[in-house]
Amino acid sequence: MTAYILKRFGIGLLTLFFASVVVFSVLEIVPGDPARLMLGINATEDAIHALRQQMGLDDPLLVRYFSWILGFVTGDFGTSYTYSVPVIDLVAERAAVSLPLAILALFLSTAIAIPVGIFAAARRGKMADTAAMGIAQIGVAVPNFWFALLLVYIFAVWLRLVPAGGFPGWSAGIWPAMKSLIMPAVALAGLQAAVLARVTRGALIEVLGEDYIRTARAKGLPQRQVLWRHALRNAMIHVLTILGLQFAFLLAGTIIIENVFYLPGLGRLLFQAITQRDLIVVESVVVLLVATVIVVNMLVDVAYGIIDPRLRVR
Amino acid sequence: MNTFKLALAASAALLVPMAAHAAKTDLVMGMALEPPHLDPTAGAAAAIDEVVYANVFEGLTRIGSGGEVIPGLAESWTVSDDGKTYTFKLRSGAKFHDGSDLDAGDVKFSLDRARAEDSTNAQKPLFAAIDSVEVVDPTTVKVMLKNPQGSFLYNMGWGDAVIVAPESADANKESPVGTGPFKFDNWAKGSSITIVKNPDYWGEPVMLDKAEFRIIPDAAAAIPALLSGDVHAFANMPAGDALPQIQSDPRFTVVIGATEGETILSTNNKQPPFDNLKVRQAIAHTLDRQPIIDAASSGNGVPIGSHFSPANEAYVDLTGTYPHDIEKAKALMKEAGLEGGIKATLKLPPPAYARDGGQVIASQLKEIGIELEIIPVEWAQWLEQVFKGKDYDLTIVSHTEPNDIGIYARKDYYFQYDNPEFDKVIAELDVTSDQAARNDLFKKAQKILADDAVNGFLFELPKTGVWDAKLQGLWENSPIQANDLTKVKWTD
Repeated sequence: MTAYILKRFGIGLLTLFFASVVVFSVLEIVPGDPARLMLGINATEDAIHALRQQMGLDDPLLVRYFSWILGFVTGDFGTSYTYSVPVIDLVAERAAVSLPLAILALFLSTAIAIPVGIFAAARRGKMADTAAMGIAQIGVAVPNFWFALLLVYIFAVWLRLVPAGGFPGWSAGIWPAMKSLIMPAVALAGLQAAVLARVTRGALIEVLGEDYIRTARAKGLPQRQVLWRHALRNAMIHVLTILGLQFAFLLAGTIIIENVFYLPGLGRLLFQAITQRDLIVVESVVVLLVATVIVVNMLVDVAYGIIDPRLRVR
Repeated sequence: MNTFKLALAASAALLVPMAAHAAKTDLVMGMALEPPHLDPTAGAAAAIDEVVYANVFEGLTRIGSGGEVIPGLAESWTVSDDGKTYTFKLRSGAKFHDGSDLDAGDVKFSLDRARAEDSTNAQKPLFAAIDSVEVVDPTTVKVMLKNPQGSFLYNMGWGDAVIVAPESADANKESPVGTGPFKFDNWAKGSSITIVKNPDYWGEPVMLDKAEFRIIPDAAAAIPALLSGDVHAFANMPAGDALPQIQSDPRFTVVIGATEGETILSTNNKQPPFDNLKVRQAIAHTLDRQPIIDAASSGNGVPIGSHFSPANEAYVDLTGTYPHDIEKAKALMKEAGLEGGIKATLKLPPPAYARDGGQVIASQLKEIGIELEIIPVEWAQWLEQVFKGKDYDLTIVSHTEPNDIGIYARKDYYFQYDNPEFDKVIAELDVTSDQAARNDLFKKAQKILADDAVNGFLFELPKTGVWDAKLQGLWENSPIQANDLTKVKWTD
């Protein structure tokens, strides 16, 4: 098991290194000068030049790459060009929104999807199954920004139960902060739950057709035990894979939902940084996200090993 | 039955929001773009001034709601007969938010810093005429100019010319320290910026205790934010198609005001065939402004015929210089030898006025055989390729700086316009301070640009102000980019 984890870790580090090179070079190629963007169209050339020097943009390419990577390894992510605060502070502030939101959405979607998936698989082909999968199909088809706007109009504009958007910060108290995360989490969880329910059902039905399930039934185990002890454990491999992917998506791929609810999350930070050519922020956030995805994937791999001992030796 | 009624009444009472008896003293304003930082002397982003101008920072002079120059930190001034020496008398009792007194040394520091070699002031040309700044006594400061400058007092009213203290200047990006009636309180990055009343203000105290600028980048999110009461006001709301709905709602006031944003079809005057006056005239005859305004800004916006704001007293209506006339335009194209048609590119930056207006312009120009390839670009790309690289044929952009007709005299400017006659008018303007004479020169300048059809002059960008009907004192127009909250109050 240790060798298995070490190998995964090594691959992860290598991926991270390649990602950093790719991100850095792509941003070098993309046109746009952060200094010019900040000073606008009336600025004189010498003002832009002065700002470029202040930002250290005139240093050679390799010098900038290595100083960035060295800083990264030692925990100094540099200073944002536009905000002129340490990138680490920015990221920490935004992660304090995105991380709880992602966890909440993941929790909600799992709590809904897995029981529904099992329920539907157990009643395969019956009315209940058709109804559940019909709803899931709608869930997959409905765009989440539309669903989010619908939620806003019902719960914020009409009923005034929750704010229409924004985030008061954790300093405003747990409840006000949670209140502004509930709707975005539901909006995000909708699609995820629909996908997850379909995967759970599909995986379970596939497993239920295996020989060892027939054997289990043949030896007289009740349907319940067959489902929970034999089928579900094997079906979980597929579900876990999807969960891992979903978490990565929830952490960074939520730009649209963060816009609808104007939440100051990581997705928005990234988007803003790209349009403002705040290169150092883009680089750092992307590499951090890559790192997160790698870690989540490693955890999923380790979980595979726990669920299915056969995978440990591979 | 009675209990039932009582229960109904009780629940109704719960549903009605607590009626505020005392007038409210807090304000939440929505804004679409977050400022990159809060130092107006080190960035061009309009969002910086929209938070701090007149609220947190003040300059020697100030621009009022009608675009007029009014006293700011200088309570009065005198101008020498040769127009080259300005002596400012500063307010006594003005203090920075950190408690230190404002004195003439701070003024000298601020102006010298803005025009220094390594200055990163985005509007450095504003200070170009200054020769030296001299401290006479703690409340008197003398500014010597290299030559008389008609717009000097106006220039000193820009957000880029606010007075800062040497001790706090470097930290203003994160925690601005000014002399204004509001103090900076908190900035939750990506979310909101809060300013609070400054109890030690030298002038008339403000009526709000607290104002929060909430960042709502998405137009679709702005509407529910307003309807749910989360946000009280938008100085410029991206309401789009929902505007009629808000207009018909008695809870809100909607004011369509004017900005200083001349929205133009910028033309590369050195790029064939657009270097040919006949081609530019043909374009001017083809452009039909109203359909463009309908598409680009929901029908709001005043048509313009030159690069000048209709709100300015020196404005002349030149929209009739080249009236909409397809036949005439075709004839001009023929005279230019281009009756066979031409192909060109139209680079469009992200704002809706450009992307939506561009479609209409492309279809209009098609009528005279100009086939436009539309290329959407990001702002960063636009600045790099169009503005700096001058690698474009046509583009659409709104020039939002006030009184900026002088950019046509800049040799390196991206229009690449070059007309010595025009340059002479601008040079004369620079050294004229008499208002009537200045207005005449402004009119002359407008006329030259219109006749030369330098760019396709489209319309003045509107400002869609939307706020709670109980709010008073917000600006209807925006002669400069600012949300001056000094006169804002709630009425019952």
